[in-house]
Amino acid sequence: MNELALIAVPLLFAALALVWPRERTRSWLLPAAGGLHVASSLWLLVFSPALEPGAWFGFDPLARAVLPMISLLFFVCSIYAVAYLKVRQERRNRLFVFALLVLLGLLSLAVQAQNLGLLWVAAEAATLMTVPLIHFNGTARAFEASWKYLLIGGTGIALSLLGSFCLGYASLNAGGSGDLSFHALAGQFVHLTGDYAVKSHPWVIAAWVLLLAGYGTKMGLAPMHTWKPDVYGEAPGIVGALLAGGTTTMAFVAVLRVKQVVDAAGDSEMTQRTLLAFGLFSMLVAALFLLSTPDFKRMLAYSSVEHMGILAVGAALGGLGIWAALFHVWTNSLTKGALFLSAGNIRRAAGTRNVSEVSGMAWCAPLSARLFVTGLFAITACPPFGPFFSELLIVRAAFTAHANFTAAAFLGCLLFAFFGLTRLVFAVVDGRPHTAARTTARRFRETAGVILPPLAFLGCSAWIGLATPALLSQAWSAAVQLLVSKP
Amino acid sequence: MTNTLNLFIGLAMGLNLLALASSRLPSVIRAAALQGMVLGILPLLLEHEFQWLVGVVAVGTIAVKGFVIPHLLRRALRAANIDREVKPLIGFVPSLLLGAAATIGAVALGGVLPLLAGQAGSLLVPGSFATVVGGFLMLMGRAKAISQVCGYLILENGIYLFGLLLINSTPLLVEAGILLDLTVAVFVIGIIMDRIQKEFDSLDTNKLTTLRE
Repeated sequence: MNELALIAVPLLFAALALVWPRERTRSWLLPAAGGLHVASSLWLLVFSPALEPGAWFGFDPLARAVLPMISLLFFVCSIYAVAYLKVRQERRNRLFVFALLVLLGLLSLAVQAQNLGLLWVAAEAATLMTVPLIHFNGTARAFEASWKYLLIGGTGIALSLLGSFCLGYASLNAGGSGDLSFHALAGQFVHLTGDYAVKSHPWVIAAWVLLLAGYGTKMGLAPMHTWKPDVYGEAPGIVGALLAGGTTTMAFVAVLRVKQVVDAAGDSEMTQRTLLAFGLFSMLVAALFLLSTPDFKRMLAYSSVEHMGILAVGAALGGLGIWAALFHVWTNSLTKGALFLSAGNIRRAAGTRNVSEVSGMAWCAPLSARLFVTGLFAITACPPFGPFFSELLIVRAAFTAHANFTAAAFLGCLLFAFFGLTRLVFAVVDGRPHTAARTTARRFRETAGVILPPLAFLGCSAWIGLATPALLSQAWSAAVQLLVSKP
Repeated sequence: MTNTLNLFIGLAMGLNLLALASSRLPSVIRAAALQGMVLGILPLLLEHEFQWLVGVVAVGTIAVKGFVIPHLLRRALRAANIDREVKPLIGFVPSLLLGAAATIGAVALGGVLPLLAGQAGSLLVPGSFATVVGGFLMLMGRAKAISQVCGYLILENGIYLFGLLLINSTPLLVEAGILLDLTVAVFVIGIIMDRIQKEFDSLDTNKLTTLRE
């Protein structure tokens, strides 16, 4: 029942947002829905129900390992959203609030989906729901970003649909009845022999290539990452945080579920190699672009590409690696939340995002600048924040798997990303404020509503790193158990 | 049965090339619409006995792909007051040649991949791959937003063709969801196109160059 509530509550609140008559109070629907969502997903984390066989969706171990994070992310962002929409009263917020709530419902559905077709429908609908969020600001640049997002994201989604069909056809070729649930597919492929295996194998490989390209586009793995800088640069901070922490996580879950099926068909070496190649390439591309981009919101997008690469590398390294990747999903998403929200504050105080025009933010917006710098150290894996521990575990997994080159390349990319990120962040924070920024900064007030949410994210990041709750470690172990065990 | 089916699929493959070779936007839209209608008929040919759900999907596909979407695109065309693709990134002759090469490649590839017993000899797989590549070529090679949308439609048509391989076995619920998502996708694309037209006073995506490194 609670599983359904995770999907239905946000959708009900979304419908309510559409008919809500008052522009000013509508934004309070966000924390209301977010609070209920957090409560029910934490309830399910503690008292997780057994998955009914044949269910289309359910709170299985993998959903249990990531969905509470998405709830938490949304809830904290929704508190920020109330303060944000209060200072942005010149824009109508009906569509924005509606789309945010529907996005939450669809993410909950996609993460819980136990069926390849249902996963695709939810992922595609989530992609479409993001579009009104991106062009909330209504500028020409925002429409350009929406257009690129639609074309690239749409193509990616089309490829994943083709991949889903290929996997379904592989199952038909293996004598299946066309049941597209992950459990049935994996169970069917694992026992294949003779003619059935010969006839389905080419389709399994085609499916993996297409599905990885498709859901990899949603995740933002290089070279399919090109929509990310545009979108994260133009969208409001909360949308960036939800995309970088929520939508990408959903796509990562999709990749893990598909990988489980393809692994069952005996292709685990292929899936690991491709994931490793995409992961390291993403980290490299992100590190190089981080060294050159002049825009501090686009910087966050490249940082997100880098961390998607880290997740892919983790997923390629077997059991311990997947555990570390799930850990990293939490630490990265929560830390990114702090960075996006504080970057949004700085953007509003400065009036622009280009490093050549922004400096001295430590004077104009002192609290946000402090949060931004702390977030920088957290995301570049400085202790005591979460990303340090999760990335350390991935390096350990690489050494355990005797992948010394991988570990070296991984650490090298992290180092370059660190250079790129610190260069930009300190250019923004240090120095003397520009004259124009002094007037915009006077209008910007650092209220509790825009400071406490990023602070909460940083607190969560440090807490999960220093004292990982046993409940969460158990949830991640159970998810790894599900993903690596042969059905 | 297979012969009629292959005739229709061959027609869809020909329409790909027509769309790739044409510089006039109305004829590109017409080719994509006609292709969508041809594909809408196919599920009826594949079924041995009439099922009402398949009928609904077929009628829905023909209505959406053949009439609703082309109508929206033509309206956008009139609003933007454009008629032809002027400076494509990939020229018309090269894209036609690439499309033809992709068609040959798809037929060759389709011969290698194993098919189910009942579907041997059908052009579904080659037709699907050729259409997907044709759609990609249009998506990448054209500068006008409307041509890119047509490319996306052709890409979707290719995937739809592949989906027909599974029509007997997957629940139609999924197919209905897919159709719904596609419709909404095109509506959203249409709205954004409208805003771009108003904001930039053009539907030329070459003007969308503010965002880059």
